[in-house]
Order: sequence, then structure tokens, then C-alpha cells
Amino acid sequence: MSTAQYQNYNGDQRQRIGTPDGGEMEKHFNDAKSYILSTTSKNGVNLYNHLVKCVSRLLTEQPRDSAVIFEDISKSTRSQEEKKEDEPNPEAEQILNEEQKPLFEKGENTDDLDEEALQSPLPHILEQAYYFEQAGIGLGRDETYQIWLALKQLVDKSQFEKLRFWGKILGTEKNYYVAEVEQNADDEVEEEEENEENNENEDGKDLDDDEEGEGDEDPLPKSTFKSPPTVPKEERGTGVNKYTYYVCNRPGAPWVRLPTITPAHVSLARQIKVYFTGDLTREIKSYPAYPGTEKHYLRAQIARISATTQVSPNGRFKFSDEEEEEEEGGRTNYEDNEDFTGAPLSELTDEELNGWVHHVLHILPQGRTKWWNPKEGEEEEEQEEEEDEDAKAENEPQPEQGPPLLTPVGADADIHHTKAWTAKISSNLIPQYACAFIRSNLWPGAYAFARGMIWENIYVGCGHKYATSDYKPELPPLPATEYNDGPEILEADDPTAEDEEKARAAAEQPEEAEEEEEQEENEDEED
Amino acid sequence: MGIEAKDFTLDVDLLAFSGIVFSPEQRASLQTSLILLKDQYKFKTIHLWGKILGITEDYFIIQGRQKDELKERQFLYSKDCINWNMLTPADDEAKELTLLCSGRFTGDPSHEFEVTKYSITNENTEEENVEENKSQLREEDRLAATLWKIEQDALIIPRGSYVLQPNGDVERNRTFEGLTVAESGKLPNYFHFREPIHLQQKSLIHRSALDKSLHFLDTIDEDIPKGWSVQYERGSGLVQIRSLKWLGMAFFHVPETNRFGSLYSGVGEENKDLPFMI
Repeated sequence: MSTAQYQNYNGDQRQRIGTPDGGEMEKHFNDAKSYILSTTSKNGVNLYNHLVKCVSRLLTEQPRDSAVIFEDISKSTRSQEEKKEDEPNPEAEQILNEEQKPLFEKGENTDDLDEEALQSPLPHILEQAYYFEQAGIGLGRDETYQIWLALKQLVDKSQFEKLRFWGKILGTEKNYYVAEVEQNADDEVEEEEENEENNENEDGKDLDDDEEGEGDEDPLPKSTFKSPPTVPKEERGTGVNKYTYYVCNRPGAPWVRLPTITPAHVSLARQIKVYFTGDLTREIKSYPAYPGTEKHYLRAQIARISATTQVSPNGRFKFSDEEEEEEEGGRTNYEDNEDFTGAPLSELTDEELNGWVHHVLHILPQGRTKWWNPKEGEEEEEQEEEEDEDAKAENEPQPEQGPPLLTPVGADADIHHTKAWTAKISSNLIPQYACAFIRSNLWPGAYAFARGMIWENIYVGCGHKYATSDYKPELPPLPATEYNDGPEILEADDPTAEDEEKARAAAEQPEEAEEEEEQEENEDEED
Repeated sequence: MGIEAKDFTLDVDLLAFSGIVFSPEQRASLQTSLILLKDQYKFKTIHLWGKILGITEDYFIIQGRQKDELKERQFLYSKDCINWNMLTPADDEAKELTLLCSGRFTGDPSHEFEVTKYSITNENTEEENVEENKSQLREEDRLAATLWKIEQDALIIPRGSYVLQPNGDVERNRTFEGLTVAESGKLPNYFHFREPIHLQQKSLIHRSALDKSLHFLDTIDEDIPKGWSVQYERGSGLVQIRSLKWLGMAFFHVPETNRFGSLYSGVGEENKDLPFMI
């Protein structure tokens, strides 16, 4: 055995030493190659092919620092093998292109360039965007141009007196581009929202409370609940609904008109805080329950933002001189001031913020711009001076008042010791050609700029107020008392033994007839 | 993340869809400042981070990074894009006070905010007492702490764009070719660019299946509450991701390319009402 081993050992040695180098090398090479070819990972990729791919990739691409990134190359080559080619989704981009193509088509009459044909309420958005850009605000130039084309499409389709781009509201899934439109008083059919106003439930009627014929039974307690009268909404063209708003999700998508809103929409919008998703028909789940879908909430927020942050340079608008009597609740109309030649920059950026004025009516807590007296609605009378002669003075609701139209912005309430607005100049280095702009601290995203005769407002943001404190959802109301506590329903304690004794003793003294009566009465009481 | 200096002119326009715009004057000044500061402070890469809107002035923020991009980051701020100051990293006390501080940034770095901290002593006994501790917080410290918090909560990068090298450095992946269109719409493909928190809590089995060099950070779909909004612009040519928790933080990515970046332009306050709003 040992000799055999020895022979074997010798034989091996002889094999190693004895054979020439070429053959030896070839054997090693074959061994190595078969090892490389045979190694397979789970996916059937063998090392040989992988190395081939890596090296060929390196040679074709020839990146710098190839030794350093070699592992990355190897990894990406491997992942390319495993990954199937995802069909790129051409649908999304194509759909968008189809949608946007009509934007770029010329209208029918645009070939004549004379003055009349070119009259259009379409504002010069690109010019405004230029000034906004100076101030560091707005949307990019490409997007602005697309919005401009979309607005032109809207104008061409319908007859509007005035049109402006109100702004963009960012939503979680889609955004809203909002256009503000002033329509002529037309006889369009009002939306179906009007039907929802239930005027029947103003007084709380008894609910299911028919008294049965049996008079012995106690009648069920009657509900004395009177639901508060619903505040009527302001007509289209006045107050909160002065302007009509159209929204679209993307330039090129069809414009949808937002409905007019009721004061309930506005006052409830003040109590909830929800992100916009971009879908107008979404239901808003909140407490207190919001009487509408996202489109009403959007419209309400637009109304609030407009009322608080739409400003113009002081002097641009003025009250007309002809109107001499002040209406109740202040003036509601203003007109262009032809003498306005542009406010100087120093006035516009002045610290006291008196260079800018609100030109949209403030919304009262009631949800309207003009206060509506609930008492009036109940009576449904023509009396309008009822307030003076009303006997029940303590129930008289106090008229709500807001700041009158065209008040300077400097009079706005401070938020937490900071001013509600910040006015700045757009350029530190070249003030001669700079514009002044103002931004709201109460509604972040609301801006306005002015330079000479040109001025404009815009809103780009999420549609929510700046919160100084955390949002506190309203607590549910206290449960109402079910019935009045009174002696009829309270349990009476049974008389104790001593009490009975006393009663009997007291009853024994008077005469018999009365005794019997009293005893009977006592017995009755004890029942 | 910010926008790297060399991509600045092209990429800053891509965030205009989220309403973030810089005026031409600011762009010009930023462009020169970025180059100058990179040389001056010897940063490896320098990024425009964003701007914080104050009452009287805005703060423009720039971030410079060294070789390890996750750990070695420094902030600089300026009010006019020309004169820059280095911001010292916030200490823990500043971070704590910033969470309680309310009110806007004023624009004056030396302004002191008064923050009241309430603490309950002797809880559940008869002597339960709510104590007030008033402390002062400098605006500069509040700024540093706010920036740190925004980075922790809202800074995101696409999957695969950064690699963890064997020596622990986190570096940009040179072979990153971008997410596909389908992938770029899904939240698990984006990571928080911060020290991982959730990752440590996952089971070891799960972690062993991950690719350690690429998947070493938390994904953003595990945030509670889910505060991200993903939108495509230009069909599928651009993805915008906005944070709902920090209003004003916007991230963009052009699918199938290496271009991505983010900017913050906002008031610098967290949206604490997020759970009510979604």
C-alpha cells in the first residue's frame, strides 16, 4: 500500500514536474474556464457571460474611474438582465398632447389684425408674469403661456365682460387653475343648488307627535327646537358671488364653472381645514359636516381668499361721486379712477401699508358681504325698520359689520404681533425699473404687484390660511335636555313609618267624616 | 437635496410648476455666489437649498457638502444672495424649542423669540402643577433647527441615486439612469435622505434581502401620516413630489434621466394639522 501510495505520489509529482509547461497551463486554463462556465446563479446566468457583458460594456462606454465604479457596472448589468423592459406608458403623454393641441389652433377670425377684431377681455398675462417673476412669484414661463392659451379658449367660447387669471391652487393629486370672470347679468338657468335650500324647515315643527284619542295618557313632550333660519345666499353678480369662477385641472382640459355659494358654505369652510385633491366631486369628510362637495369648498376658499387678499394700489379705484346716499352696510361699488396715473414706488412700499387698498368686500361672520337680519326673514314682511320698534330687544341680533370697501391694507388686523402684509420692492440693485409687490402673511401664496399703471393680483398656494395655533376641530354640541324636570315626573319618596303615624294622629283629631276623607286621600297619595 | 450648482440654470425652472420661482436678479446673484462659496469653503459639492420667507426679509439657503453627503452638510444663509453667513448646526435645546416656537421668521437673525415650555410636575397627585418655563430662542438658531428638521422630514432622493460605499461614505451614484415612468409615480421608490430610522426596526430577514449599497435609507411611503403628493406634469415627462407636512417643499425628477432635485420655498413652519387635512 505504501509503495502504491508512494508510486502514486511519485506519479503525481512526476505529472506535475514532468509534463511541459504548455500542457500544464492549458489544463489550468480549461479547469478555470469550466469553473467559470459552470457557475450558475439562481437565474441561470453564468459568470462567464456576466463577465463578458461587463467587459464589453466597459469597452464601449469607457467611463472614467472605471476601476472605482466597477461594482456599479456589474450590478447594473445584472439588473438589466433581470428586469423586463417595462412598456413605457405612452398613454399619459399622448393624452396630454391630444388635449393641448386645440390650444394651439388659431381661431377663425384671427387673421384680421384691425383693432376691433383684437378687442378681447383677455388680459396680458405674459406681461404680468414678467412682473411677478421680478418679484420671485408665479409659475414658469412655459406654464404661464399654456394657461394664457387656455384662458383664450375660454374667452372665445363665451361672452365675458372681464376675465382674469386668479391663480393656481395646488392639490394632492391634481391642481386647479382658476379664472375669475365677470359676466353680464344674463338669464342663465341657476344651478340645481337652489333646490337644495329647504325653506320648509325654518320653524321646528312637531315630529311624529300625533296625539292619540286617549286623553288619559300624558302627551309626549313636544320638541321646542327651532332650527336657525338659513341665511339666504347672495345673488349671482352681487356680494360674495360677484364674480364667477371657472377651474380646470390642466391647461387644455375643459373649464368647469363653479357654483354660487351660500353663506353656510363660507362659514363652515372657516371651521374646517382639508387639503384639495383635485377632484371636484369629492365628498368632504369633516366635522362639522360640510354641506357640499369639493367644488363648493373650493369656491368658498376662493371667496375667502379674494375677500381678504385682493388689493389694488390706492387711488386706482374710487367711489363714484354721484352716489350720495350711503346704503346700509356701506358702499358696494367702485369705479375706475380715470385720473389715476400710477402710484410712486415709495408709497407702495411704505411701512404703514397705506399704498394698497382692498377692493373686494369683506365677508362677515354670517357668510355674506351684506348683513342679513334673521328676524326679517322669519317675519317675511316688508317692514325694514323693524329694528327700532321691536319689543323683544334682548333677542335682537346685532348687525355684523366689516371694514368698508377701499380701506387701506394697513388697517388689517395683525396676526400674532406681525403685520398681515409685507410690502417690498422687487430689486435691491436696480430700483429704477423695479416693481413693488405685496404679499399676504395671513394667506401665504397671495401676492400683488404694481408698477405705474400696471398691477395685478395672483394666488399660488394650497388654499389655506396661515395657522397661528393648531387646528382644533369643533367639539360636538352638548346633548339637549330631553324633558323638563318637574314634580310631575320626579319620583316621590314613600312616606316613612313616622310620617304615617303623624298623619294618622293628625287625622284622628278632626271629625269622622273628614277623617275618612283624609284617610282616603292619604291612601291615594301612597299609591 | 437642493439643486446642484452645475445644474442650477436648467433645473430651477422645473420647480416652477409648484410655484417656486426666483427673480432674474436672484438667479444671477445665486449663480455667482454658489461658485465663489464652493471655492471659499472648499466644499465638494454645493447646492441651492431654498428660501425661507420672513416678514421683512427672506433667507436664501445654500448647502455645501463634503465627500460623505449624508453626514457632512453645512448651511449658509443670506438675505440678499450676495453676503453669506455660515450657520452653526443647531444644538438639541434649539431643536426642542423650535418645535414649540410659533410665529413667523422676522428676517432679523438676531431677533429673540420667547418660547414657553409647559411641564407638568407631580403628575396625578394633588399637587399637580403646570409650570411654565420661558426661554429665549435666537432666530438664527431657530433657522438652523428648522432646516435640520425639514431635512429630516422632507428631503427625498430617488432609489438608486446614492450609493453606500464600503467605507461608509454616501456618494452620488454615477451610473444612476433614472427611474422609469411607472416607477417614478410610486412612493416606495423614494428615500428619505437622512439616517435611517424605520429601517433598523425591520426584521433582519427583511434586511438581508435588501441590496445594502442602494437600499440603506427609509422609504417615504412609511411616513405616518402619509404626507406626500405625487404629480406628473407634461404628461409623463416630469414628476413633482410635494410634501404636505412642510408646505413649500417640492421635489422634481425627470424620469429616465439623471436629473432630480428639490427646493424649499415657504414660511419655515411645519403643518401640524396634517392628520385633519387628508
